[in-house]
Amino acid sequence: MDRRKSLKSILLGGVAGGLAVHGCSPKPENATEPVVEIKKYSYGRTPKEQKAIEKLLSETFFNEHEMNTLSTLCNLILPAEGELKGALDAEVPDFIEFMVKDIPEYQPTLRGGLMWLDHKCGTEFNLLFNAATEEQQKSILDGIAFPDISVPEAERPLEIQFFSLMRNLTLTGYYTSKLGIEELDYKGNSPNVWDGVPEDVLAQHGVSYDEEWLAKCVDQSKRGVLAEWDDDGKLIT
Amino acid sequence: MLVKYDQYMQIIENSTVYDVIIVGSGAGGGMATKILSEAGLKVAVVEAGPFFDPADPEQMTQLKWPYESPRRGASTVRPFGDFDTAYGGWEIEGEPYTKEEGTDFLWFRSRMLGGRTNHWGRISLRFGPKDFKRKNHDGLGDNWPIGYEDVKPYYDKVDKLIGVFGTNEGLPNDPDGFFLPPPKPRLHELFYIKGARKSNIPVYPSRMSMLTKKINNDRGVCFYCGQCSRACQVYADFSAGTCLIFPAQKSGGQIDLFVNCMVREVTTDEEGRATGVSYINKEDRREYKLKGKVVVLAASACSSARILLNSKSSQHPNGLGNSSNIVGRYLHDSTGTNRMGFVPDLMNRKTYNEDGVGGMHVYTPWWLENEKLDFPRGYHIEMWGGLGMPSYGFGFNANDFNSFFGLPVGGYGNSLRKDVKKYYGSVIGLAGRGESIPQKDNYCEIDPTKVDEFGVPILKFNYKWTDHEIKQVKHMHDTFEEVIHNMGGEPLGGKPGKDTNYGILVPGEIIHEVGTTRMGDDKKTSVVNSHQQLHDAKNVFVVDAGPFVSQADKNPTWTILALSWRTSDYIVEQLKQQNI
Repeated sequence: MDRRKSLKSILLGGVAGGLAVHGCSPKPENATEPVVEIKKYSYGRTPKEQKAIEKLLSETFFNEHEMNTLSTLCNLILPAEGELKGALDAEVPDFIEFMVKDIPEYQPTLRGGLMWLDHKCGTEFNLLFNAATEEQQKSILDGIAFPDISVPEAERPLEIQFFSLMRNLTLTGYYTSKLGIEELDYKGNSPNVWDGVPEDVLAQHGVSYDEEWLAKCVDQSKRGVLAEWDDDGKLIT
Repeated sequence: MLVKYDQYMQIIENSTVYDVIIVGSGAGGGMATKILSEAGLKVAVVEAGPFFDPADPEQMTQLKWPYESPRRGASTVRPFGDFDTAYGGWEIEGEPYTKEEGTDFLWFRSRMLGGRTNHWGRISLRFGPKDFKRKNHDGLGDNWPIGYEDVKPYYDKVDKLIGVFGTNEGLPNDPDGFFLPPPKPRLHELFYIKGARKSNIPVYPSRMSMLTKKINNDRGVCFYCGQCSRACQVYADFSAGTCLIFPAQKSGGQIDLFVNCMVREVTTDEEGRATGVSYINKEDRREYKLKGKVVVLAASACSSARILLNSKSSQHPNGLGNSSNIVGRYLHDSTGTNRMGFVPDLMNRKTYNEDGVGGMHVYTPWWLENEKLDFPRGYHIEMWGGLGMPSYGFGFNANDFNSFFGLPVGGYGNSLRKDVKKYYGSVIGLAGRGESIPQKDNYCEIDPTKVDEFGVPILKFNYKWTDHEIKQVKHMHDTFEEVIHNMGGEPLGGKPGKDTNYGILVPGEIIHEVGTTRMGDDKKTSVVNSHQQLHDAKNVFVVDAGPFVSQADKNPTWTILALSWRTSDYIVEQLKQQNI
């Protein structure tokens, strides 16, 4: 089983014969070696774009150790806590694995940064980052997690750029996932009829609509009525 | 009924003679297709990209969630993000262009039925009386040979046919029209109104081509997902396919669509008249010929110029329509620059669905008099903000704004969640889009040293902004900072200075490029006459933005549509009178 398969197996509890088997379910009797299916994406790609996505998905960038370290880091950046889901629940490491292939400019920073983490952890504690205690890990992060933003990003030390990129990718991966969007409580992307900012929100932010402006706006009760105008361009329906 | 494109992929080698061959299926080509086919003419539409219908589930991106894209909507492949509809961008593999050293231009192409109308901003502004006669006002550039009164009846018809929301405000250079009612402003737009008015900058409901109200039985009404750039499956926004070509097919027009067919040149006879076009079928990479009585170019300003320049013959040794040497010249795009601001009063927001239409609900048209300014012409202000759907990049630098409160920036752990939530919806973006002065020395030409993957010689661009445009965008930034401060906000990212020409975007970046086949009464200084008819070949017309003498501080689409309709009427009349 290759590294990707093992990761997928952990996440999905193994995939056999195209059937997702949850970790707690008993294995089907005739289960063979789990076969990994490449995740399908269907969102209006041209054939050429679809092929390019499949190619990226079939390739592996991070090795197993790197992927484990990356996952540890994602979990430190956004851990699950109580009701709140974390970066690992949202499969953020897989997302970062995709992005590092999609945007190869990230590769030296991420790969180099992971090496730096092990080097630093080795120097300080004679341990690989993953083998260190959470307290030790955090003591290293404290040195790289607070950039001086008066210095342009490209001029900051690599390890600081690395951590900023990891934090960016972790947060964006989480908040663009189903779990993250739920937590953020984004309410759009669904058919609705916009009829202005709710009163309590206007009050909270100290603004209001003026009547003259509102009088020009669409009367949503008549949105289904065929538009007609008089000769001067005045809407009469 | 919509017919799948593969049915149109049969090779046409027969002797069909079309009444009209239309090259390109965007705003200009779509309108010509509708008007000419409805007049009973037999029409061929030749489009370089594939068939596209936003209602086709195979092509749809509307209402998808970010996690349905493995890159979460990042712009790695499609320049406006993975869910944007345009098939193409500023770079297209196999279809390069070059630039003269020391000059710059970015050329956006969208290869698909409907072209760039599938993803554009839908800001639908009429040119005003002054916009057609700018030379009369500031002595720069040239007047159009036509005026607002010539185009007004067509703007009126376009408003009613396609639908545009807005309001009649009686403004002198931003004419009234036949508007659908606008949507109410969003929260950040109320802040913008407040901030702008404090500086006596007027704000009005925006004018955009989405249906806030029913306009006919074929198109749906906007359901406020805010995703017009993804193309609308109920056809509630304007695109040339859904609002012009499909209805024309439905009403029984004789329309043959040739998709994935890239026109190489217009063919001509011994008298120099057009006989049709030759094109490369991208599927089999072979060249074919179509015959037509009239050729209408609507391939976009630069593509049409390229086709004309590549159409060399003994009668037209300099390229078709180019006895003046003007084809490709006077290329100009809108000026543009952008600024963002952080508005603390927009922090800690309750969430609700404020997607609205795809784009702004309010805007500022040009409001000043140039006599008191150090630059000519003007610009309008667009804005964005709000509780948008997260996509790639959301959460980047999540708590940089902490620096405004003396709090630490960066960190890790669950405090980040609070920061993300706290600042969600607290940024407003302002964009200026202005009018440049057309220059004869800004042009595209054929680069004889290179061809695209279909063997067609490519374009080389020569474009430089002048001081006029640079001073104008400096003014934009001064305005943006003032308005952001008025909102109680902090402008972000530093004000661009002289060293970067005040942040003026590269020519072509606003995607309003026009002027390459400009209109005029004098055949020595223009390419087409006031009916968009080539001076040098009476049966060839250009109905994209190539004929624009000047691109106002408006978006060009509504004027392309109106002029294409006007030209189509003229073609029908001229064919009847057997003049062409």
